[in-house]
Amino acid sequence: MQKFVRKAGLVAPMDRANVDTDLIIPKQFLKSIKRSGFGPNLFDELRYLDEGFPGQDCSQRPKNPDFVLNQPRYQGASVLLARANFGCGSSREHAPWALEDFGFRVVIAPSFADIFFNNAFKNGLLLITLSDEKVDQLFAELYAQEGYRLDIDLANQVINTPSGESIAFEVDAFRKYCLENGLDDIGITLEQADAIRTFEARHRASQPWLFRG
Amino acid sequence: MPATTLYRKLVDSHTVERLDADNVLLYADLHIMNEYTSPQAFAGLAQRGLRVRRPRQQLGVVDHVIPTRPVPIAARTIDIAPAARQAANFAANCAEQGIKLFDVRDPMQGIEHVVAPELGLIRPGMVVLCGDSHTTTYGALGALGFGIGTSEVEHVLATQTLVYRVAKDMRIQVDGRLPLGTTSKDLILHIIAKIGAQGARGYAVEYVGEAITALSAEARMTLCNMTVEAGARAALIAPDAITSDYVCERICDMDDAALAAARAAWRQLRTDASARFDAEHRFDASEVAPYVTWGTSPDQALPVDGTVPPLSDAAGDIERATWHKALDYIGLAPGTPIEGIPIDRVFIGSCTNARIEDLREAARVVWGRKVAPGVRAMVVPGSGLVRDQAEREGIAQVLVEAGFEWRQPGCSMCLAMNDDVLAPGERCASTTNRNFEGRQGRGSRTHLMSPAMAAAAAIAGRIVDIRKESRA
Repeated sequence: MQKFVRKAGLVAPMDRANVDTDLIIPKQFLKSIKRSGFGPNLFDELRYLDEGFPGQDCSQRPKNPDFVLNQPRYQGASVLLARANFGCGSSREHAPWALEDFGFRVVIAPSFADIFFNNAFKNGLLLITLSDEKVDQLFAELYAQEGYRLDIDLANQVINTPSGESIAFEVDAFRKYCLENGLDDIGITLEQADAIRTFEARHRASQPWLFRG
Repeated sequence: MPATTLYRKLVDSHTVERLDADNVLLYADLHIMNEYTSPQAFAGLAQRGLRVRRPRQQLGVVDHVIPTRPVPIAARTIDIAPAARQAANFAANCAEQGIKLFDVRDPMQGIEHVVAPELGLIRPGMVVLCGDSHTTTYGALGALGFGIGTSEVEHVLATQTLVYRVAKDMRIQVDGRLPLGTTSKDLILHIIAKIGAQGARGYAVEYVGEAITALSAEARMTLCNMTVEAGARAALIAPDAITSDYVCERICDMDDAALAAARAAWRQLRTDASARFDAEHRFDASEVAPYVTWGTSPDQALPVDGTVPPLSDAAGDIERATWHKALDYIGLAPGTPIEGIPIDRVFIGSCTNARIEDLREAARVVWGRKVAPGVRAMVVPGSGLVRDQAEREGIAQVLVEAGFEWRQPGCSMCLAMNDDVLAPGERCASTTNRNFEGRQGRGSRTHLMSPAMAAAAAIAGRIVDIRKESRA
């Protein structure tokens, strides 16, 4: 997992509620056994006019000019501004893999679906939850100003807007630590091997029916 | 001991240690894998030079990419190269790590959430994890089940535990009895329509009430399965005699004394009388009607005698814009009656509704009748065992004589990862769980409903109200 580095990022809008993981990365691209290469198929059905299939050269495909990420002003965006319940539906981690492979490092929304939330942080993708009002305000500012950038300061847990406003955000301390250091939690948990072994022995003795004989 | 909810009891009994105020290290009794969310986890494990810590507490099932063509089990193959590669990779990973796998040609292969309960592997009091969001199904048997991502799959393979943020507690009480013609599928669509696609986000939901305890174990699975479509992190029903009977009939590795001890322990798995919930909802089952979705989110659902809502009914600009997109995609105008919407395809299947009781319901509606001309209808049983049982009971024959395709088990057109895909613009009456844009194929139009409603739609060629049928 790559470390999260502070940087003022160009912001792109995804102005609809309940963006599901099927929409983020459609099923035909899930037949890979790798973690990378999903970026060209991010939002595939919205982004292209033709039907996509795995292994295609996406640079040759007809793009939907109305789709927001195809518009010139949002090229190079690394912050996605979204609506409530972003990432609902399937548990596929291919969704954060695709967002990250495309170049997004931050998603801001009023709420995120739970499994997506966990998956994103495991891949260095910072999710920031703000109030509906704040998200509305950021959408308005974004639409009003081409080249709208937000400075995401994870260390101090603030978003700095072009007008000089600082918006504080919450992040779980453990997740922040992992993001800042590029760590995943498997290494950390492996250090608890003795505690797991002790628990397991007691658990098996007290509830043997939980285990296949 | 302070009064505690069933959910907290299950978390507490599986907590290896508390990590901080919000997170615990949670022990997994069973971890189930499929071919599409596990390969990167096995690869990650190998990169770390680790092996699977507890192979006997893992189970593998090939279900998402497998074709459902009606060929004999022994002749089943996956022809699409990337899918075949994924399945072969999965089989190799399971073999190398000593993990039991229900592979492509196994007569007990099926959808993971159908296979695991029917083999008695899901038991009350368990924590069960799987890289699939519909793992909430197992709450029907009093087990805490929830979906995880691939990085978490790797974590479980390496440690048999998960770093777990404890959810909030929600209780949903359903009083009364479901009316004739309605099922637990209609109940869950009713609940999701009322509380919304994120109405239970962040919560573990416990279902209580007369309408819940009256449900069979399989009907409870449908309810808990789709609770994730309200955003829930888990769904639970306290185990009772129905649960214990279902589980004990299927367990083959315990003697009578062990089963009696287990049953006694399961009776203790309940929420204490004075335990507090962070949120509560109450519904009256008698108000449930046959539900059908009209849009592209499971909460966009209505009783079958309703009409597509006008945009002016939306709560605010964002919902209005979302409804507008949904109606544009689904090809329906506000004011359109749900009853009478013509359909091109019917799909009876998925981890939500492909168990034997679901197929019996469908067969009861269609026996002696024919699928409407121009409609292609298929049944994809949830597992090889369900398929065999349906054939023994004569259900398969009823469905086939009515004109349904009787296929081999798999996830199939629920998410169309195999070759069962709708063509653009095709409209499908589907017993599945998600009506998302593109879910059943690019441009596909999905209407979620119960197996009886889907079967009735197949016969009529349009959405009909099962309550008006003599076979409701």
